[in-house]
Amino acid sequence: MTGRLKTFTLGGIHPEENKLSANAPIEVLPLPKQAIIPMGQNLGAPSKPIVNRGDEVKVGQLIAEAGGFISANIHSPVSGKVLKIDNVPDASGYKRTGIVINVEGDEWDESIDRSDDIRENIELDGKEIIERIKEKGLVGMGGATFPTYVKLMPPPGKTADYLLINGVECEPYLTSDHRLMLEKGKEILIGTKILMKALNVEKAIIGIENNKPDAINHMTELAKAYEGIEVQALKVQYPQGGEKQLIKAVLNREVPSGKLPIEVGCVVQNVGTAFAVYEAVQKNKPLIERVVTVTGKAVKKPSNFMVRIGTPVQELIDAAEGLPESTGKVINGGPMMGKALASLEVPVVKGSSGILLMPESESHRKPENSCIRCSKCTYVCPMGLEPFLLSKAAKVGRFDIAEKELVMDCIECGSCQYTCPASIPLLDYLRLGKTMVGAIIRNRKK
Amino acid sequence: MNMLTVSGSPHIHGDESTKKVMYGVVYAMVPAMLVSVYYFGLDALRVLLLATAAALFFEWLIQKYLIKGPITITDGSALVTGILLAFNVPSNLPSWMIIIGALVAIGMAKMSFGGLGKNIFNPALVARVFLLISFPVQMTSWPKPHAIINGLTDAITGPTPLGIVKEGLDAGKTMSEIKPELPTYMQDLIGQMGGSMGEVSAIALILGGIYMLARKIITWHIPVSMLLTVVVFSGILWGVDPEHYADPVFHLLTGGMLLGAIFMATDMVTSPMTHGGQLVFGFGVGLLTILIRIWGAYPEGVSFAILLMNAIVPLINKGFKPRRFGVKPGVEIKTS
Ligand code: SF4
Ligand code: SF4
Repeated sequence: MTGRLKTFTLGGIHPEENKLSANAPIEVLPLPKQAIIPMGQNLGAPSKPIVNRGDEVKVGQLIAEAGGFISANIHSPVSGKVLKIDNVPDASGYKRTGIVINVEGDEWDESIDRSDDIRENIELDGKEIIERIKEKGLVGMGGATFPTYVKLMPPPGKTADYLLINGVECEPYLTSDHRLMLEKGKEILIGTKILMKALNVEKAIIGIENNKPDAINHMTELAKAYEGIEVQALKVQYPQGGEKQLIKAVLNREVPSGKLPIEVGCVVQNVGTAFAVYEAVQKNKPLIERVVTVTGKAVKKPSNFMVRIGTPVQELIDAAEGLPESTGKVINGGPMMGKALASLEVPVVKGSSGILLMPESESHRKPENSCIRCSKCTYVCPMGLEPFLLSKAAKVGRFDIAEKELVMDCIECGSCQYTCPASIPLLDYLRLGKTMVGAIIRNRKK
Repeated sequence: MNMLTVSGSPHIHGDESTKKVMYGVVYAMVPAMLVSVYYFGLDALRVLLLATAAALFFEWLIQKYLIKGPITITDGSALVTGILLAFNVPSNLPSWMIIIGALVAIGMAKMSFGGLGKNIFNPALVARVFLLISFPVQMTSWPKPHAIINGLTDAITGPTPLGIVKEGLDAGKTMSEIKPELPTYMQDLIGQMGGSMGEVSAIALILGGIYMLARKIITWHIPVSMLLTVVVFSGILWGVDPEHYADPVFHLLTGGMLLGAIFMATDMVTSPMTHGGQLVFGFGVGLLTILIRIWGAYPEGVSFAILLMNAIVPLINKGFKPRRFGVKPGVEIKTS
């Protein structure tokens, strides 16, 4: 173990960890019969399809282009024929444009190196790396899905001195990053090196919570061969995987309110992203598959699968030996920040880290009571906000108060709502507040 | 397959509930309840049962027939108010006065503000002060707690230690002349002094406080800041003139000081939301208590002090914000 345990200092909670699938090695999931590829997989603008109905596509072929600066290319995760370009269900619950491909065989684009050989030597220079990462459609794999290349291009006048690799996985239940570190540690480290080269930084730190001692030991051991990369063990505390919390925990730097990590010289990337960077740069492989945890207390075989993007959630659940009778809620992501799905036809996308099946008995909110002004929400808020006040302001439409009291700093971690003894749906109101205040700010700038 | 439930995150909830918090306060009051029954006998039991039953009844009555809303008498908050009310009166208070007290606490101080969480003043304290002003004689004739130990059922009444000191000083006596009339500190600690039911045993109250701290129902900020202020302020006066001012330990152990610091000033509904605000609140309560005890008309000052500070909690909440992440203290937050 490396050094003493660090953590962030403001707020935080410790929900039951429930890492049921931590010992399940990553299994390659069989190809789906049909792949559904939504165009809005990343934060920012949706991508634009460049194929037509009836086109034959190969694995790795570009099928949609970035729809703006903050957007990402999409490559076909399967080979076969484009069945339609139409509205498809996605995790948001709405139907949005997507490409549906009927899978035929598994024919890959020839430029992709599919061997298992580890390629250590980084041939591309910084600029080429960023270009490659952009071309291969990489986005943050931790859930935020921010286009990776954008983070590698600090705005003029700003430089980074640290790259932080997020191996925290603070969400209960999820284990995809944990397994990836155990099974693809070397690739993650090379990916980290590549990112360091692109950013022109000397130092990188991989932050891992202490509930994954095997991953900490493994990565520490491997990192010895890579100059400038260190592993930092962290005390288990949610939401340590939040960028600002991770930076505070590891480097004791505080990103100013309303600013990005680059303000304090940091860039944060997830371990899954570092792995994808390795594959994109060393193997020329676009982001077409990822590790997804399928888990839940009633799930017969909690698993970690390597899944092609576009595979319907139903197929992942089948592979984990079926939907338990008791299931009342299916969550795309973890229990704190994930999204509840309305249908199992929804496909896995670039940002899907897990599928969590909650039993009916845990699927419903407790009845809401009056706020007893206990302040517990304030004590646990990692951003130092007053959720009781912000939610009330949003509820009664006082968005001026919500803005003044920094609602835009809320990272939607849900700690306040998790803790509230009165079971008030604080985050529902906070989201409303953020949406409205966001619109007000945009209008003001016009 | 069942229909899938769709709701916003988070999808899990910690195991705290309003009920658990409120019953946590009730458990914390068990030692003091036991002590009061031990010293004051069946009379104490009568007051406790009557006060809680009346508090629950009035809450039910008002919710059912006046507000016509949901009935929440099982959430434990009315129970807490009832017990606190019992703690704040002498054990020989006539039953009908207790019932009036409960009506004032629940009806006037809690429900008329909109019920749980919306009241500004601590309901039990409002009732105590109401009773004190309306029935000053009955509210200040304190049965002596050792009566029961001597096997006497008919309680002997006598003044509280604070009353003895106040009267003595007003009559021109010095502290060393008054001292022999007072109970020893040991007696104060275990509960052998005159006073209202819940304030007689410091040890029982402290036990309850430790339990609430451990359960994270309260934080240390209010009790510590309040008691520290009392010790410092009364200590200065005592240091200057020990013949005319009681010593800090006396102030700490007598009257409603510990009951107030542990159970009344910490009432989450009526105290500030941030630790900084709580420190200021505790300081204010401590300062006002000593001011009233020494220069006021009443020998006791905790209730008034807490109610006065309750009134400015909204202001304190405006002035004391939590430490914001990424905002330097003292720097004005500009909204873009
Ligand atoms: S959801 Fe927002 S307000 Fe609530 S604890 Fe997290 S950051 Fe604070
Ligand atoms: S945790 Fe809930 S009950 Fe307590 S102050 Fe916050 S909103 Fe109110």
